Amino acid sequence: MGLAILVWILTVGVISLCVGGVWWFPAPISQHAFNFDTHFSRMLWVAGAIFLLAQGLLGYAILRFRDQGHPATHNEGNARLEVVWTMVTAVVFIGFALIGNKIWASVHMDKSGDATIKIEVLAKQFSWNFRYPGPDGKLGRTDVKFIRDSAGNPFGIDAQDPAGRDDVISSAIRVPRGILVELTLRSRDVIHNFFVRELRLKQDIVPGMAIPLRFRADKEGTYEVPCSELCGLGHHQMRTTLIVMSAEDFQIWLKDEDRKPR
Amino acid sequence: MKIFSTDHKVIGKQYLTLAFFSVALGIVLSLIMRFHLIRPDAKISWFATLWPVGATGGIMTPELYLSLMSIHGTLMVFFVLSTAPQGGFGNYFLPLQIGAPKMAFPVLSMLSFWTTFLALMALLASFAVEGGAPLSGWTAYPPLSALGQVAGPGQGLGMDCWIVSIALFSIASLMGAINFITTILDMRTEGMNLMRMPLTCWGWFVTAIISLLAFGVLLAAGILLFMDRNLGTSFFIPAGLVVSDQLQNHSGGSPILWQHLFWFFGHPEVYIAILPGMGIVSTVLSVFARKPVFGYRAMVYAMFSIAILGFFVWGHHMFISGMSPYSSIAFSLITLAVGVPSAIKTFNWLGTIWGGKIRFTTSMLFALGFVSVFVSGGLTGLFLGQPAIDLYFHDTYFVVGHFHMIMGVAAIFAIFSAMYFWFPKMYGRMMNDNLGQVHFYLTFIGVYAIFIPMHFLGILGAPRRYADFKELEFLAKSGILQRITTYSAYCTAAAQLLFFGSYFYAKWRGPLATINPWDATTLEWTEPSESNVVNHAPDVYSLPGEEKDFVMQSDQ
Repeated sequence: MGLAILVWILTVGVISLCVGGVWWFPAPISQHAFNFDTHFSRMLWVAGAIFLLAQGLLGYAILRFRDQGHPATHNEGNARLEVVWTMVTAVVFIGFALIGNKIWASVHMDKSGDATIKIEVLAKQFSWNFRYPGPDGKLGRTDVKFIRDSAGNPFGIDAQDPAGRDDVISSAIRVPRGILVELTLRSRDVIHNFFVRELRLKQDIVPGMAIPLRFRADKEGTYEVPCSELCGLGHHQMRTTLIVMSAEDFQIWLKDEDRKPR
Repeated sequence: MKIFSTDHKVIGKQYLTLAFFSVALGIVLSLIMRFHLIRPDAKISWFATLWPVGATGGIMTPELYLSLMSIHGTLMVFFVLSTAPQGGFGNYFLPLQIGAPKMAFPVLSMLSFWTTFLALMALLASFAVEGGAPLSGWTAYPPLSALGQVAGPGQGLGMDCWIVSIALFSIASLMGAINFITTILDMRTEGMNLMRMPLTCWGWFVTAIISLLAFGVLLAAGILLFMDRNLGTSFFIPAGLVVSDQLQNHSGGSPILWQHLFWFFGHPEVYIAILPGMGIVSTVLSVFARKPVFGYRAMVYAMFSIAILGFFVWGHHMFISGMSPYSSIAFSLITLAVGVPSAIKTFNWLGTIWGGKIRFTTSMLFALGFVSVFVSGGLTGLFLGQPAIDLYFHDTYFVVGHFHMIMGVAAIFAIFSAMYFWFPKMYGRMMNDNLGQVHFYLTFIGVYAIFIPMHFLGILGAPRRYADFKELEFLAKSGILQRITTYSAYCTAAAQLLFFGSYFYAKWRGPLATINPWDATTLEWTEPSESNVVNHAPDVYSLPGEEKDFVMQSDQ
């Protein structure tokens, strides 16, 4: 009896925490993030309804069928009921997956539109580096044998390659607002992860692979990027920021950086 | 009692003892981690005594935190959840329930337990070797796990200990699996056809089949990883890695290959942990609701569907790993499909108690609690099974909350339910029901208070496996969630002392049990418990004040 009430209290508690929204997502800053939120709340309604129904019925059964000296019914099952709830859950669950996959496809399969800004991301224990092509629009050649963190060359840019001389290297990632950006994610040592909460985007960075990730941020601001794949003892300190700027400010920043001697 | 016994009951108890030890240690490790998360700068003198290197001056280093986390996960997943329900209760009760005199291969049972014991010793040894325990988590993703000490303290010898431990555990599980399958297929007593087996036996049977198919892959992966580390191969290590300014002498490997192999084992592993529990809960609900299991056949089919589909969903752990985004879609469809048989089981559990006459014994309470946490933990799986939503939640505390509910807590509730249920059979005595009720309520409230806040940390975006959150500004206001979780963990852990106290008291001093204290129907209750206790001289007849003119030696 106490258990029934407890189950109900916990159910209501969990639901009110969701509705209260004290601890919730940060505001979205891209169309994808907005779509994500829409899909998430749709899911939350349905899952919340199932949650309420299942816990509610559990509590009800506990209360209603507690031993009061009555005889238990003899019932070994009901094949028709089994078929009905199998079909219903199958349709609901698979339906979710199909709807959700549209959002997934828009992130990873939509190749429409040219990304005019291309940024190479290099993750290493336990810091971030971002490389922009200079005015020539080309990234310089790299080789592991040129890697010298102490000399400011974490990418291993080949000094002989003229394309690399104007590359801009930054420890925070700056992007212009409203413009499609394509990142190429690389790691130098172990697996890391690029995660921007406000973009609702997360991607592992795997050594030996160059993984593309596209996004368009629509709101200026500074957003935290915490490494989100265990990368060693400094994992919790591997943090950088994404700075979304106006297109003009971005160009000015890029030019200024390019003039700095490296 | 022989140490190297081939008696299935002794082996069952040995497994349970090993699991109790592991769970106690695992809880202690988690409490230390929870303490560190709310007070990362605290100086604790006994930390320095225990870990002179990892906690110099009493302040815990991040590498120590990560190694505690890795061992906590490994202990709980392997040495508790894969051990107690199957090796423990399975070895003890499978032969009794199907009317077999023993397991098919008693010596294999014995070897299987002692190999598991060696595996546990190898894991614990990692704390003692140079560099300490590994810090790459229970999933041990390479290259972090493959590069050796250069990737962090604990990634040297400690990591080798971990691999040896996991390899031994895999071998032990394979031996156990063959034994269980053969016993069920060959040793059933007359009339015990498969569809008359209690659902517990179906749980052990399906789990054994999964173990047989999954642990072989983990064993192979472990050997490959060991070779990468010690024999210069490069299965998992690509070319051109620069770690601490040193170019690594490897080329041609793929870190994602490990993830495929690991999760091909790792996802079915979830079902290894939970399927025996599903069997136990089905039985217990039926016994204490005084009703047959609702939809027995559907339950059996659901178990098999879960097992089969469970082998095709491993990619949902890897949506954002860099594998093809197209395969994610296939994996997500199958993942949500595996939710269907799980939902059927939930419906059938409700159907089992519906119209019943429920007796709220402690065992029943834990079975009902299981249904509640199974629903709570299962529904979040609908979110995580979709790559679109995983884009945000992967490796956040939402995942930590999810799997602790569905895999950890649900399975532990089933273990408690089984323990309270079968205790009279195992020890011939009764556990105290009032203490049990208190234990249940504290634990039930406790697990919700621990793990629900974690979901909200996940919604905020808190990454898991962080030694502390001091650097992240967006979590500056979430300290309250961390504190609720930590304090709830303290209380819930303390409540477990009630269980251990009650367990040992009942074992030695509890009131004697009758042969079939729950009025249950399965074969284990047809014979008197082996642990008869003698209370009187052999010839107590016509004792004044007694109703009967004889008192059995076992009567009180």
